[in-house]
Amino acid sequence: MSKKDLGLLVLILVVGAVVTAINPRFLSTINLANTSNLVALFGILSIGQAFVIITGGIELSVGSLIALLGTLFIDFIAVREMDWPLAFVLIIVLGAIIGFVHGWLITRLKMQPFVVTLCGLLIYRGVARFYTADGTAGFAFGQNFPDLEFLTAGRSGGLPNSFIALIVIAIVMWVVLHRSVFGRYLYAIGKNEEAAKYSGIRTGRVVIAAYVICGVLTALSAIYFAMYTRSISPASHGQFYELYAIAAAVLGGFSLRGGEGSLVGVILGTVLLQELQNLVNLLGIPSSLNFAVMGGVILIGVLVDQQWGVFRARRRMMEASRRNVAGAPAE
Amino acid sequence: MNHGVMNYSDPSIVQSAPFLSLEAVRKTYPGVVALDGFSMEVRPGEVIGLVGENGAGKSTLMKILGGVTRPDSGTVTVDGVAHDGLTVEASIGSGIAFVHQELNLFENLDVAANIFFGREPLKAGPLRLVDRARLREMVAPLLKRVGANFSADAPVASLSLAQQQMVEIAKALSIKARLVILDEPTSSLPLAETEKLLDVIKGLKAEGISVIFISHRLHEVERVADRVVVLRDGMLAGTLSKSDINHDQMVKLMIGRMLKEREKAAEAGRAPGGVALAATAVRTSAYPDHPVDLELRRGEILGLAGLVGSGRTELARVLFGIDERLGGSVALDGKALNVGSAADAVASGIFLVPEDRKLTGILLDLSIAQNISLPNLPEHAKRSLVSTRAELATAEKQKKDLGIKAPSVLTRTGTLSGGNQQKVVLAKWLAMNPKVMILDEPTRGIDIGAKAEIYALMRALADAGVAVLMISSDMEEVIGVSDRIAVMHEGQISGILDRDDFSQENVLLLAVGKKPKLAQAAGGAQ
Repeated sequence: MSKKDLGLLVLILVVGAVVTAINPRFLSTINLANTSNLVALFGILSIGQAFVIITGGIELSVGSLIALLGTLFIDFIAVREMDWPLAFVLIIVLGAIIGFVHGWLITRLKMQPFVVTLCGLLIYRGVARFYTADGTAGFAFGQNFPDLEFLTAGRSGGLPNSFIALIVIAIVMWVVLHRSVFGRYLYAIGKNEEAAKYSGIRTGRVVIAAYVICGVLTALSAIYFAMYTRSISPASHGQFYELYAIAAAVLGGFSLRGGEGSLVGVILGTVLLQELQNLVNLLGIPSSLNFAVMGGVILIGVLVDQQWGVFRARRRMMEASRRNVAGAPAE
Repeated sequence: MNHGVMNYSDPSIVQSAPFLSLEAVRKTYPGVVALDGFSMEVRPGEVIGLVGENGAGKSTLMKILGGVTRPDSGTVTVDGVAHDGLTVEASIGSGIAFVHQELNLFENLDVAANIFFGREPLKAGPLRLVDRARLREMVAPLLKRVGANFSADAPVASLSLAQQQMVEIAKALSIKARLVILDEPTSSLPLAETEKLLDVIKGLKAEGISVIFISHRLHEVERVADRVVVLRDGMLAGTLSKSDINHDQMVKLMIGRMLKEREKAAEAGRAPGGVALAATAVRTSAYPDHPVDLELRRGEILGLAGLVGSGRTELARVLFGIDERLGGSVALDGKALNVGSAADAVASGIFLVPEDRKLTGILLDLSIAQNISLPNLPEHAKRSLVSTRAELATAEKQKKDLGIKAPSVLTRTGTLSGGNQQKVVLAKWLAMNPKVMILDEPTRGIDIGAKAEIYALMRALADAGVAVLMISSDMEEVIGVSDRIAVMHEGQISGILDRDDFSQENVLLLAVGKKPKLAQAAGGAQ
């Protein structure tokens, strides 16, 4: 765990302690289970976003994608009565295809990630609303999917199964990002795509793969979100979720310029965001202030982190000069 | 050498009082003595060549003259007034102007707007509109003085690098500069443009303006300087008067010993092997209508000379798969080769050391080890997971073999000197098995000691049977290092010179599309 991640963890613990002191319900089993379920849902989404951000890209369409894929999933199993494993696979494949198309447009047709995914944001939201004729997609009365519900909304030994899924995904993606050849390529491309290309890396394929990973994880979280809310009104479902994901990555130390950030960081970023949401509810802060609190904390967090970096660099220089005055050889 | 002894060949210079003099200037930074008891004088109308290896203290000296930093001790005397140090305002006010290596021009504005930026003549009235007519009148004589062949309305982006430098010099003249300091002005200029710049310097001299000309290209210093000041380790290593200025003396003072490697590289020239890489009728984006034919043999260093813009870099980029080949064919070891990307080129053993080291050669934020393993990462991995141990082992070996000076292989390459960065670029390819090594301006901006090491490496590669293609605009380098020289002109090879026909004149003639003067009527150019 890097120093940055450690700082974030301390912040999470401090905020948690303060909230508990004011309202002890923060540590109640039911609150922790609820919050960890939300952490899991947003965490899966944010890991996907992180893979795109590390390449220096951005994926703005994930909120709309959650609405579209969630609507389709519920429609498949509730209305079309498809077997849920089949529907599950279809949705994941659809997420992968959309990710691939985004990556292809960005790398082969040289479009800017912001533009491609902004258009995606508009298109998928529109398609979702059209698909349900602006109605609500949900389960009919009495419809039950015990296995699926257990996997998505159930618990094992007190832990939400979604949270267990997050842990498994996080471990796998940690290895991919921090230990694999592919992960190294991602960092190299994020730092300097041209130089990576000149080193013989097929940068286009790597970037496309990052968008495919983002698409798949978004599709997975879309299913979780759908099973969590159980009814979807496509006009508002998943709205601003891309910003939650981006915020989690930024809080977790990712640079929007690419090439920086850790998987632990993005998970901790998600935890902090959900903790803040929870704080607003538990401390009786008007929920209309929700976004303002989150924005304020992100702003201060990033600012403190940057200033701390400047301070440390300055201290290092002072120490170096003091050493030299003391007469130690420079090299 | 003649420490402190001033010999002036031009009597008019001797008589005038110095415009600027530095006395016993000392400047330290944490851990480094950047300048130590350095003294020099600049007289009106004098061209001083300032040479020294990277880190010798040239930049610190420039900062002191520009008023950006103050010396710890010593005096700076301008026009007879002694100062402890200059401020930026005092430096500008006394007529010291800089033309930096990286030009400070607004590419989107035209020439006139750049020269008088922030000092535009205004029309009367509350709107403070720029008086274009008056501006043009003011710019015209300045452009004439620098011998500009472009108009005041031309957008700077449309000018060549040398023309942009002329704009910078015109800007210096517009503030009535009395001393123009040119920092590495020719390092990225092609031959013909360099000539123009040297003429401009002579023009400044004729007007009584002093020039400090900083350059690694010693033959240019030799041609233009009245006096050469050599810096080494922050101290004055020596001053050469006009009659004593020559390449070997400068090098000796710069590094404190005579250099052997260059001659060694030059005398090697052995019989090369068969054709390794053959380009037939290859068309590049630079000159789509001019197909290029080029044969590169195993065990030779083929120098590729020519003016900047003659299509050399584009040819290299096509051969390495970065740019699309617009036509023709490429064969490696006699077999047709279809290179569609740099990854394909790397897989077939064709490697490129690109022109722009910092943007494309290495990743500045990664460590030496990570840079070296990057093109060959799957070989340093087990089941797709990177093996740090294998990676470090490769890097340690390369660091030792190439003499990369760094605290460890985990050091960020961004903190290394230019020469060591270039060695890292070479190391990542040497760690694999090169068949063809293309080097584009491999020693640009690299100090003379590291240059010699890079020449030795290239020669060692050739001796090991690698086909080496070296693109270079440095005439000395092309002639000193190559076994054969191919010269490009407007996208085509205008001729190939064998060792007997090597001369600056021949390369220049071919570069502008004329016939070279050959030793034997039959040999040489095709």
